[in-house]
Amino acid sequence: MKKVFGRPESLTETPFTYCPGCHHGIAHRLVAEVLDEFGVRENTIGVCPVGCSVFAYLFFNCDMICAAHGRAPAIATGIKRSKPDSIVFTYQGDGDLASIGTAEIVHAANRGENITVIFINNAIYGMTGGQMAPTTLVGQVTQTSPYGRDPKTMGYPIKMAEMLSTLKSATYISRVALNKPSNIIKAKKSIKKAFQIQLEGKGFSMVEILSTCPTNWGLSPIEASKWLEENMIPYYPLGEFRTPEEVA
Amino acid sequence: MAEKILMKGNEAIGEAAICAGCRYYFGYPITPQSELIAYMAKKLLKMKDASFVQAESELAAINMVYGAASTGVRVMTSSSSPGISLMQEGISYIACSEVPCVVVNMMRGGPGLGDIQPAQGDYFQATKGGGHGDYHLIVLAPSSVQELVDLTMDAFDLADKYRNPAMILGDGLLGQMMEAVEFKERPKVDLPSKESWTLVGCKGRKPHWIVPFNLNPSVLEKMNLVINEKYKKLKEHEVRYESINIENADLIIVAYGTVARIVKTVIQKAKKEGINIGLIRPITLFPFPEKIISKTAERIKKFLVVEMSLGQMIEDVKLAVNGKAEVNFYGRCGGIIPTPIEILKELNKYL
Repeated sequence: MKKVFGRPESLTETPFTYCPGCHHGIAHRLVAEVLDEFGVRENTIGVCPVGCSVFAYLFFNCDMICAAHGRAPAIATGIKRSKPDSIVFTYQGDGDLASIGTAEIVHAANRGENITVIFINNAIYGMTGGQMAPTTLVGQVTQTSPYGRDPKTMGYPIKMAEMLSTLKSATYISRVALNKPSNIIKAKKSIKKAFQIQLEGKGFSMVEILSTCPTNWGLSPIEASKWLEENMIPYYPLGEFRTPEEVA
Repeated sequence: MAEKILMKGNEAIGEAAICAGCRYYFGYPITPQSELIAYMAKKLLKMKDASFVQAESELAAINMVYGAASTGVRVMTSSSSPGISLMQEGISYIACSEVPCVVVNMMRGGPGLGDIQPAQGDYFQATKGGGHGDYHLIVLAPSSVQELVDLTMDAFDLADKYRNPAMILGDGLLGQMMEAVEFKERPKVDLPSKESWTLVGCKGRKPHWIVPFNLNPSVLEKMNLVINEKYKKLKEHEVRYESINIENADLIIVAYGTVARIVKTVIQKAKKEGINIGLIRPITLFPFPEKIISKTAERIKKFLVVEMSLGQMIEDVKLAVNGKAEVNFYGRCGGIIPTPIEILKELNKYL
């Protein structure tokens, strides 16, 4: 019998530790499928962040290292510079990448490091129990914005994809979502493009993935996907912000 | 025999690192070590299979070191006191992950932004861990430009041998001074293979993980105990010190680095006045040469610790002396270097 669907080799057998309805699992799988399709699993080094995906090393079936909070792009820089023939990716959440690690992501992009960044934006801190993230929407209630995010004192949610797109050295920047099958297919294409760019030595690539956090949003998985569609996508438009053609 | 060349301390460290096979350097400019980052840029940017990055911060620099060290290459960063404080997070991760690397601290006056003059106020930070958690660096304290060279090369070997970060703890004076140095041919050392843990892609084997955490306390305790075994071995095998005239001295001075150089002048001056002074100069600050100090304290009952701080190494000296002798202290700080006359005057108080 022909096998038409299976677990990507780039994922281990370890069951995910993520909450029901969380999109981390889908994002992991898409990255793993892309690594399989390029046949680069055995030449890949992944960098996991601090946050819910701190355990990503248990799930990706390749060499992995855990970074300090926010520092994954700096670690990836060190790995890629000393092992330029390997495929290096970071997997980071919004607290990690858009708050504590802002300097590291901006400068890795600005140096045009030939790495791929998978950036999970779920508008909240998941691991620590639902505090405000730099990406939390205006009015969104979290543990540390109990009356809703007030832009007067807490600022507006940061659009990382747009921000990094202003950098000349960033080769590929996109934003995708995982809330429905059509978006998942687009997300997979975008992740594949990002890794393709690295494989061709063309420089920095980042895919921002809009994801759900049903547990800390206080919604069911289905409600969470709907909330993402109705609230996050209008503020965080999907699409490609920077493509290789734009880079001279 | 290699020829002697005149070199600035900071640049000599750079050349020594390259001689030791270091091809990767990540750093951030700070006085008084900026000649070192400039030297590495000048050399490494022209070398094949090498990389130099001026990082956006010391935080990023130490994490680039962490990444490169994880692939098994020899890698170094350097900074001065405030920059080293910023690196502490990364150094703690590196120590927990047991990846070897070399960190150079050319100390300046502190606390805070302090100044840019030589100081020894980072002794506690360097020898007691510095960041969070139970760990130590291998800390080497050079006292001349030649020793900056020799100890930098040794630091790479020791880091690899023990899979532990090693620190060169110098100061602004050593970094800025020029002396004649020799890059001697070194005997080949047998070092453990890195194959079992490096991240180079998992072809033909199970993936390697470099994971500086474990949420299970009993596992994390075991990880700590494994690392602690290395410190015991370091204490047993790697202690280094220089001793001068400790047999029949009236008083023993304990000093390291720049201060120890000054004390050597003090010994000469004191001799002319008929005073017999001995010196114990720790070369490894961790592991600390506690045995020789303890042994000497059985015979000689007066010690003076001199530091460019308000008293940090004195705590280790007191622990080693363990009440067997009187331990006094003289220190200058904030970037002031004690003069031989000052020290001579001070030690006369105890004779």
